[in-house]
Amino acid sequence: MRRIPWKGGLRTAVALIAVFLLLPTLVVIPLSFTEGSLLRWPPRGFSLRWYETLLADPAWRDATLKSLEVALWTALAATAIGTTTALGLTRGRFRGRQLISSLSLSPIVVPTVITAIGTYFVFVRLGIVGTTAGLVLAHTVLALPLVIVSVTNSLRSFDRNLELAALSLGAGPVSTFFRITLPLVAPGVAASALFAFITSWDEIVVALFVTDPVVRTLPVVIFNQLRSGVDPTVAAAATLLVLVTVTALGVALAARRGLKT
Amino acid sequence: MAEAVIRPNDPPDAPTVAAASGSAAASTVSTVSTVRTARTARRVPGWGLLAVPGIAFLLLFFGWPIADMAILSLTEPSPANYAVFAESPVYRDAYVTTFLVAVVTTGTCLLLGYPYAYVMHASGRRLALVLGFFVLLPFWSSILVRTFAWSVWLQDSGIVNTALMSAGVIDEPLPLIRNALGTTIGMTHVLLPFMVLSLYAGMRRIDPDLTRAAKSLGASPLTAFRRVFLPLSKAGIYAGSLIVFVISLGFYLTPAILGDPGEPLVGQLIVEQVSGQLEFGVGGALGVVLLVSTLVIVGAGTRLVDLRTVMGYEE
Repeated sequence: MRRIPWKGGLRTAVALIAVFLLLPTLVVIPLSFTEGSLLRWPPRGFSLRWYETLLADPAWRDATLKSLEVALWTALAATAIGTTTALGLTRGRFRGRQLISSLSLSPIVVPTVITAIGTYFVFVRLGIVGTTAGLVLAHTVLALPLVIVSVTNSLRSFDRNLELAALSLGAGPVSTFFRITLPLVAPGVAASALFAFITSWDEIVVALFVTDPVVRTLPVVIFNQLRSGVDPTVAAAATLLVLVTVTALGVALAARRGLKT
Repeated sequence: MAEAVIRPNDPPDAPTVAAASGSAAASTVSTVSTVRTARTARRVPGWGLLAVPGIAFLLLFFGWPIADMAILSLTEPSPANYAVFAESPVYRDAYVTTFLVAVVTTGTCLLLGYPYAYVMHASGRRLALVLGFFVLLPFWSSILVRTFAWSVWLQDSGIVNTALMSAGVIDEPLPLIRNALGTTIGMTHVLLPFMVLSLYAGMRRIDPDLTRAAKSLGASPLTAFRRVFLPLSKAGIYAGSLIVFVISLGFYLTPAILGDPGEPLVGQLIVEQVSGQLEFGVGGALGVVLLVSTLVIVGAGTRLVDLRTVMGYEE
């Protein structure tokens, strides 16, 4: 901090911005433990009744389990497809490689609303609106660019001489890949699997279009509850949503850190 | 296949293993091994083939949806869908409001994000880690939950109004929600982490010797910042502003919860047309206009900044 000009004021400003970043979201936690049956600040007393509803009410429970299922499949699919794509795009030598690798990231740039309605139109044609497989496909599209970027970065940062050494010492290309390349990029791949999981777990806009009243994810139920009558179960569900995300994020960051040491 | 041949910059790296042994003979070994590697590499089928499934997947489940939306906008029932812009001011107004909200959000994010990223960059490792954590946590947390939380703060009986009224500052609750103010506050909160991360990435690419040189040549810290550091951080400013602006344009969730239902943004109109009115054609037309404006802005932005770094590629 010594080198920063006007440091006192700057430090205060940055502390306030940090509070602005973190504090507002935290109000859902005390709200979820309220005894009252209204979602209103300040919370009254302490009770776990809204968490009980979350686990006991079939609508909430099914949505939670569906979200987990979809997020796990998405993590698996996006990581498998994304890792191979990243390998192909970083190592392949073909015309238009730069263009294709930029285009493969376009789901990041295209507004999610557009992806959502387009996917909905196609899913209506294919008859897969309201299916788990459809949700997984749609979420994999959104998660894929993240995996490609993350795996590409770890592929670029490792020393390819290690592979050349293995090859020159007589290992075949396949065993070099599985015994040298894969273990070296594994932390990056693991981190991107977790990022793909979070992407699906939190996703709402596309899910609003491709779910139906039977097959719904947790964010969709929260969103619908927010628009109709609200009871504090929403706060409990929101807390659960963030808790899972934070856990996955922590593991992902730890995995990535493993990559650097 | 020409592409399987080792690139010219690979062989000079190859002797590293051999060079470690430090003998003249080693360099001969390394030459042999390079030749053998080249031969092995030639037998490996092109790495490029590995990209095929991913590209095919994206074409099918991302390319087709976008194309389908464009086709439906022209055929469901006819290109007259685009006439809605001429017929009803609602649509034009929505685009104007969306644009204004995006400009204000981007400006606010830049104003809050720059000092934050700067302190993150200039401070020691531990503080930088803490500040980074404060950004990554909201960055990855559910936008839905964060928007919901803001409604608890901003509504008429919410935390802010209750506090102000019990303190006697105001008698009537301030209108903080169900209007453009609520939308802008929520979107600023959601998008600030994007801005900070872009700015920080840009600042890390600046050579620290340059500001040090300015100071050793007699510039005050403030001058060194203004004349050297600030201009060099432009790339991050462009990248962050571009990404925040573009995401703002297509936002649906936050305006739907915190915004004025009577003055919808473009994202809300599109959702309303498709899932409310079942007007796939009109919804498609609105989507195409939003997509084209987004791509034009991104295209213009790539003149100022390398899009690949905006999307998170490290150099």
